[in-house]
Amino acid sequence: MELFTNQVLAGIATGAIYACMALAVVMIYQAIDHLNFAQGEMAMFSTFMSWQMMQWGVPYWGAFILTLALSFIGGIAIERLLFKPLAKAPVLTNVAGFIALYAIVNSVAGLIWDFTIKQYPTPFGSSPFLGSQLISTHQAGMIGITLLMLVLLFVFFRFTRVGLAMRAAASLPESARLVGINTSWMIALGWGMAAAIGSVAGMMIAPVVFLEPNMMLGVLIYGFAAAVLGGLTSPFGAVMGGFLVGIFENLVGTYIPGVGNELKLPIALALIITVLVVKPAGLFGRPIVKRV
Amino acid sequence: MSAVEEVVTEAPAVEAVPKRAMTLGVGTSLVVLAALVLAPLFVKNFIIFQMTMLLIYGLAVLALNILTGGSGQFSLGQSAFYAVGAYTSAILMEHVGMNYALTLPIAGIICFGFGFLFGQPALRLSGVYLALATFALATAMPQLLKLGYFEHWTGGVQGLVVTKPDAPFGLPMSQDMWLYYFTLAITIGIYIASVNLLRSRSGRAFMAIRDNEIAASAMGVDVALYKTLAFGVSAGITGVAGGLGAIAVQFVAPDGYTITLAISLFLGMVVGGVGWLPGSIVGSAFIIFVPNIAEGISKGLSGAVFGVLLFLVIFLVPHGARQVAIVAQQMLGKLKKN
Repeated sequence: MELFTNQVLAGIATGAIYACMALAVVMIYQAIDHLNFAQGEMAMFSTFMSWQMMQWGVPYWGAFILTLALSFIGGIAIERLLFKPLAKAPVLTNVAGFIALYAIVNSVAGLIWDFTIKQYPTPFGSSPFLGSQLISTHQAGMIGITLLMLVLLFVFFRFTRVGLAMRAAASLPESARLVGINTSWMIALGWGMAAAIGSVAGMMIAPVVFLEPNMMLGVLIYGFAAAVLGGLTSPFGAVMGGFLVGIFENLVGTYIPGVGNELKLPIALALIITVLVVKPAGLFGRPIVKRV
Repeated sequence: MSAVEEVVTEAPAVEAVPKRAMTLGVGTSLVVLAALVLAPLFVKNFIIFQMTMLLIYGLAVLALNILTGGSGQFSLGQSAFYAVGAYTSAILMEHVGMNYALTLPIAGIICFGFGFLFGQPALRLSGVYLALATFALATAMPQLLKLGYFEHWTGGVQGLVVTKPDAPFGLPMSQDMWLYYFTLAITIGIYIASVNLLRSRSGRAFMAIRDNEIAASAMGVDVALYKTLAFGVSAGITGVAGGLGAIAVQFVAPDGYTITLAISLFLGMVVGGVGWLPGSIVGSAFIIFVPNIAEGISKGLSGAVFGVLLFLVIFLVPHGARQVAIVAQQMLGKLKKN
C-alpha cells in the first residue's frame, strides 16, 4: 500500500508538468479550434529567453514577468503575421503551418543557444516538501502555480468582458461579429494568452527536465494526451487530465511487469484511447450534440 | 461555448473535392507516364534510387489521400502501417525465403486486415481525437517492434538486412533500374485501381461520408462499414509501399518508422493537394527533396529553412499542387480559345 501511495504521489508530481502544458493546449484550442503542434516549441523559446535574461543579471521574478509579456506579444505577432493570412485556408493547411512553425522555432533556438543541456533555476528551492522524498518544494510550487492559473482563467472567462467576448467569438463567430465583437483580434488575443501560459509552463518544467531545444517534445505529447483525456473544452478537465496521465504512467511502470520506460508512453496512450472510445468528448468535456 | 454543432451549415473539415477533379486527363497522364518511363535511362544509379523512393512515398501519400481526401478521416499513424508492410516483406524474404514480388501482396493483405481492425475503435472518434489515436499507434509501433518477444523474427533494435533482387530473365539492367521499373509497374497498377475505386459505388460512399455523415447514412450508406473499409484500403496500399521501401533500402529497423515518417506523409498530402491523387507524387517529391535542399542552403538552420519553404508553399498555394494544376488548366483553356 505504501508503494501505491508513493507512486501516486510521484505521479502527481510528474502530472503537474503535463497539466501545465495541457492548460496551454486547451487555451489555444478554445481560441482557434486547432491543436497547435508548435505550442511546446513556443514555450521552449520563451523559457530560453528568460534564461538569457537571467544570464544578463535580471532577477528571477523580473525575468518571469518580462518573459510573460514578451511571449504574449510574440504569440500575437505570430498570429498576425503567419496565421491570419491562412484563416480561410483548409484546416489541414493550417496544421502544416504549425509543423512548419515547429521546425523553424526548434532550429532557430538550436542555433542561438545550441543543443547542450542547461541548468534552470527554481524559485521554490528543491528540498523535500513536508518531509516527503517524492515531492520537492519545486514540484509543490508548480502544482500551486498551475492551480492558480486555472483559477485566474476561470475568473477571466467567467467574469470579464474580454473573456466573455473571446468565448463568444470562439463558439459562434458570426453572431459575435453582429454584436460588435472584433473576432479576428479575439483570435490574436487567444494566441497571445496561450503563448504566455505556455511560457509559464516552460519555466516551471525547465528545472525538472533541464533546458535544451528538444525538451518539450515528450512533454507536449503528454500534454496533448492530457488535454484530450480531460476534454478539450474544459480547462479544469485539462489539469485533471494532466494529473491522471502522470499517475497512470507511474502505476503502469510499477505494476505491470516487463514495462520499461520505453513502453510507458504507448500504454498510457492506449489507455487514453480506451477512455475516449467510451467517452468521446473526454472525461470533463461537454459532449457535442449534432443538430441536422 | 455552445455544445451544439451545426452539422449542415458548418463547412466540412475536409474540402469537398468532386470526383472528376480528383484525377488527371488522359493526355496529361500519358505525358507524365512517358517521362517516368524514360527518365532512368539518362541518369545515374543514385538518382534512380531516389526516383524509386519518390514512387514509394508517392504510393504512401496516395493511400493517405484516399483516407483523408476520400473519406474525410485524418491519420497520423500511416508510419505504423508502412512499418508493418516493411517488416512483413523483410521477414518473409529473409526467414521464409519467399520471392520478393510475392511478399508484397501478403504485406498488403496483412496491412488491410490491420487497418480494418484499427478502424473499428476509430469509428467512435473523429477530428483531433482520431488524430490522437492514430498518433498513438505511430508512437507505439517502433517500441513494439523492439520488443524482446519478437526479436527472433524482427531482429530487435538492429533490424533486418534485406537482399536486393537482380533483374530477372537475364535482362541487361542494373539492380536499381530493375527495381525502379518494378516499382513503377506496381505504382501505376495501384494508381489506376485507386482512381477506379473512387469512381465506383464505394468511392461515392466514401465521399458522401466525407461531405456529410448524417446525410450519407440517410441515403443508405453503411457508414461504419465504409469508414473502416477506407482505413483498410489505405493501410493496405501503405503496406505495399512499406514492403517496396524495405526492398529498395535493403534494410528495416524500428527507428526508420517513427512519427516523423507519418508527419512527412501528412505534409506530402497537404503539399500535393488533399483529395487530388496525382498530387501525391508532387507531395512525395516535396518530402524527399526539400529537406535536402534546406540542408544545402544552411547546415545549422536546415530546420528553419525547411519551415520557411513550407510556409511559402502553403501561403502561395493553400490548396497544394491541385491549385497549380487548376490554374494551369484554365490558362491552357484560354489559349485554346484565342
